[in-house]
Amino acid sequence: MIVNEQVAIDHGLKKDEYIKICELLERTPNITELGIFSAMWNEHCSYKSSRLHLKKLPTKGKQVIQGPGENAGVVDIGDNDAIVFKIESHNHPSFIEPYQGAATGVGGIMRDVFTMGARPIANLNSIHFGSPQHKKTKNLLRGVVHGIGGYGNCMGVPTIAGQTNFDSSYNGNILVNAMTLGLVKKDKIFYSKAAGLNKPVIYVGSKTGRDGIHGASMASASFDEKIEEKKPTVQVGDPFTEKLLLEACLELMAGDSIIAIQDMGAAGLTSSSIEMASKGNLGIEINLNKVPCREAKMTPYEIMLSESQERMLIVLENGKEEQAKKIFDKWNLDFAVIGKTTNSKKIELFFDNEQVADIPVNTLVENSPMYDRKWKKAKLPKKNKIKNEDLKNLKIINILKKVLSNPNVCSKEWIWQQYDHTVMGDTIQKPGGDSGVVRVHGTDKAVAASVDSSAVYCWAHPLTGGKQVVCESFRNLISIGAKPIAITNCLNFGSPENEKNMGEFVECVQGIGEAAEYLKFPVVSGNVSFYNQTKDEGIKPTPSIGGVGLIKNYNKMITMDFKEFDNIVLVIGKTEGHIDQSLFARNILDEKNGPPPEINLFNEKNNGETLLKLIDAGLVKSAHDVSIGGIITAVSKMCIKGNKGINLKKPKYLINEIEYFFAEDQGRYIIEVSKDSLKKVTDILNKNAVHYDELGTINEDQLFINEKTKVTIDELRTSNTNWLTNYMSK
Amino acid sequence: MKSSVITFPGSNCDRDMDVALKKFGFKNKMVWHNDTELPKSDLVVLPGGFSYGDYLRCGSMASKSKIMKSVLNFANSGGMVMGICNGFQILVETGLVPGVLLRNKYLEFICKNVFVKINNKKNTYFKNMDNDVLEFHIAHNEGNYFCTKDQLKEIEDNEQVAINYCNRDGDLEEQFNPNGSIKNIAGIFNKEKNVLGMMPHPERMIDASLSGEDGSLFFNNLINNLK
Repeated sequence: MIVNEQVAIDHGLKKDEYIKICELLERTPNITELGIFSAMWNEHCSYKSSRLHLKKLPTKGKQVIQGPGENAGVVDIGDNDAIVFKIESHNHPSFIEPYQGAATGVGGIMRDVFTMGARPIANLNSIHFGSPQHKKTKNLLRGVVHGIGGYGNCMGVPTIAGQTNFDSSYNGNILVNAMTLGLVKKDKIFYSKAAGLNKPVIYVGSKTGRDGIHGASMASASFDEKIEEKKPTVQVGDPFTEKLLLEACLELMAGDSIIAIQDMGAAGLTSSSIEMASKGNLGIEINLNKVPCREAKMTPYEIMLSESQERMLIVLENGKEEQAKKIFDKWNLDFAVIGKTTNSKKIELFFDNEQVADIPVNTLVENSPMYDRKWKKAKLPKKNKIKNEDLKNLKIINILKKVLSNPNVCSKEWIWQQYDHTVMGDTIQKPGGDSGVVRVHGTDKAVAASVDSSAVYCWAHPLTGGKQVVCESFRNLISIGAKPIAITNCLNFGSPENEKNMGEFVECVQGIGEAAEYLKFPVVSGNVSFYNQTKDEGIKPTPSIGGVGLIKNYNKMITMDFKEFDNIVLVIGKTEGHIDQSLFARNILDEKNGPPPEINLFNEKNNGETLLKLIDAGLVKSAHDVSIGGIITAVSKMCIKGNKGINLKKPKYLINEIEYFFAEDQGRYIIEVSKDSLKKVTDILNKNAVHYDELGTINEDQLFINEKTKVTIDELRTSNTNWLTNYMSK
Repeated sequence: MKSSVITFPGSNCDRDMDVALKKFGFKNKMVWHNDTELPKSDLVVLPGGFSYGDYLRCGSMASKSKIMKSVLNFANSGGMVMGICNGFQILVETGLVPGVLLRNKYLEFICKNVFVKINNKKNTYFKNMDNDVLEFHIAHNEGNYFCTKDQLKEIEDNEQVAINYCNRDGDLEEQFNPNGSIKNIAGIFNKEKNVLGMMPHPERMIDASLSGEDGSLFFNNLINNLK
């Protein structure tokens, strides 16, 4: 095939990018080379629109062992233990083929983690769907949930937490973000940097097929009406092979024969070999005839661009090939020496004794395009004035029931019951709490993780929204008693070529950076997914934040269920009555405008750290952060989980009762304390200048405000649990 | 007491079972599916997971593994063999216990706590157990036990039903059946009661911090009965 500008454009490259390739090579690329450039230079692999802004994120910290740039981030949790973690998107493939798209998303992120030598110990996910009324939503949800379960369950890694949201902006572009945490010994972490000359380059895992060719390019484009034709670009997962690959790799890693290892994810053999060569400042020579292929007559182009799953590339010490091969034979996996490291600083590919590609590595990596895209700054919307007459005819209990059964608030048990969340025998907090928690096997330590996004806030004001998501992640870890360590982010946005969408990206990243810096909650890994848009319509900006924290003694872990009658319930943090962008405003008052709640990072940090002190002193019986739906929603969930009720006092505030109960002011937590320790608790709160209100006391079985305003917990539970099950069974 | 846990390609509850057995006093060994001989054992466990990816049929390929010849001989000579979840599916495929395990009635994987009622205590697994109802944990996609009418009669006549799904109070109604199993059957013995296959995972219920502690009751009772 003759390569020209049109062929380059068909590969998703821009005209000037093609000209640059010709200049860098000082000739026209052949088709295999063009394929390699298109794979490396697309948005998904090159971060060409985002790199400039991502550089500004805080990535360092006392506990950070590895920040962004490797397969995953690594943090120190003491005693030579480290946690490897990352979140990644698989949005485009999941919309086209929900089961395989979601499954391979989970498979891919687990591979990123065990590539570094860590055994995966927990999975999480953040999934976003269109309006429940949209004709595709139900099937997409079912397919994605089956896919996530199908892969994670088979791997034997518990899925311990997640979030599911519905919003019409995802009607044409769903989001599937998968996160994995792995456990590794600090002195046994593996990296992707190749080193040494003439070292064997080894291919292990599944055979290479024609599936997923140009998957990464597909993930770097918007959808149009021809979307169904893209099905062949979706990879097909085989969790069984990945389980074998995991065990085989960990077995090999127990020895000392690996110099570098890299999984073949997006852009397959292309990106893995180039990444290893680039990091090691070396060249790599590959004989493509040696690559194990699933199908006959695969061309060099297809072999290099295949995104077949469950494959790894390893640079091995000389002379260790036999020993390594034995391990992969034992696990019935392919093992092939396909090339070697060289000092050419080039990627040289051979096929049928002919050279089929000859590209300097730096042209693919350092010289890849980087754009300073135009972007538009968002204005802070004006506050709405809520009139008392708007609230006059509203009944608190009716609103509460509506809020609890809202698709974005209701119980997601239908989903997480389909995920094995208890395998590995260390899950001490299951899905449905503020964070999932797993013990560090055989120790008193436990690791907590949560994944959050607040697209509505980000849409209303990206800078504030970006800060808010980080704070929410911080709170979800603190409310179960974990000390927040670091985050991973999955940045889901519309087209970077659209100034508004690009502005959303830039300002969300800025917000994430500011909050992460202030809270000492650095970003150690992540991924960017642009072009979540169909035709001209982009999704709401949706950064997902995966937070990880540590509990030193897991017996001190807190859960959100109310524990004992007569205990006192407090809300920590001040309630000013911010209603704009709240669930109440959007769904009850039908008011979609206005600013999101403000973030005060000082209060956020101070309130959180003070609560951790209370928990550490053993003074907190249960805790839950206040998020969408406000105080009364948070309290109701604690009642439902604990099967207890609460007598709520009338708040001593100038604001309306409804505003007090449903406002979404930030930096707040609900806590339960015993009568005996109330004084101690309030002393500590006062000493640390943390605002609190006493909300009420725990009773047997109802949420009671006054004789006219009360409801049984059973009734609230029905509102909260039935929506999703009913929706899926219709 | 000595125990052996077999690891098949795709087993993923083998470590959990190893942890549980050791916690309650067994000297446990892990045995590779490709080995031919079982170490000397008082109990052999086929653990949960997705042996051979559940391809062809759950448990089908594993039932033909090299080690299974020894396991069959061991079972047929009266040795204690317990299959949990995928292990139960493997036992069914070998024919050591009757019946088959179909896909769950609602066609979805289920992971949750369930209650089971012990149907027969005249065996080494449940003898001397104080409780009649245990809180166990299930995590499976194909746990819907089925057998023919004739088989069911034979199973019942021989008192081969080990445990049934029920509620906290031991009521065996259909609404407490999570997967559509015939007669709420959650676990079943061979005729001689030395082989037990069950869907629930007692090894996930061995610590107050986990889903519960009724698995501890089970393992403690089992090792005492074996002594």
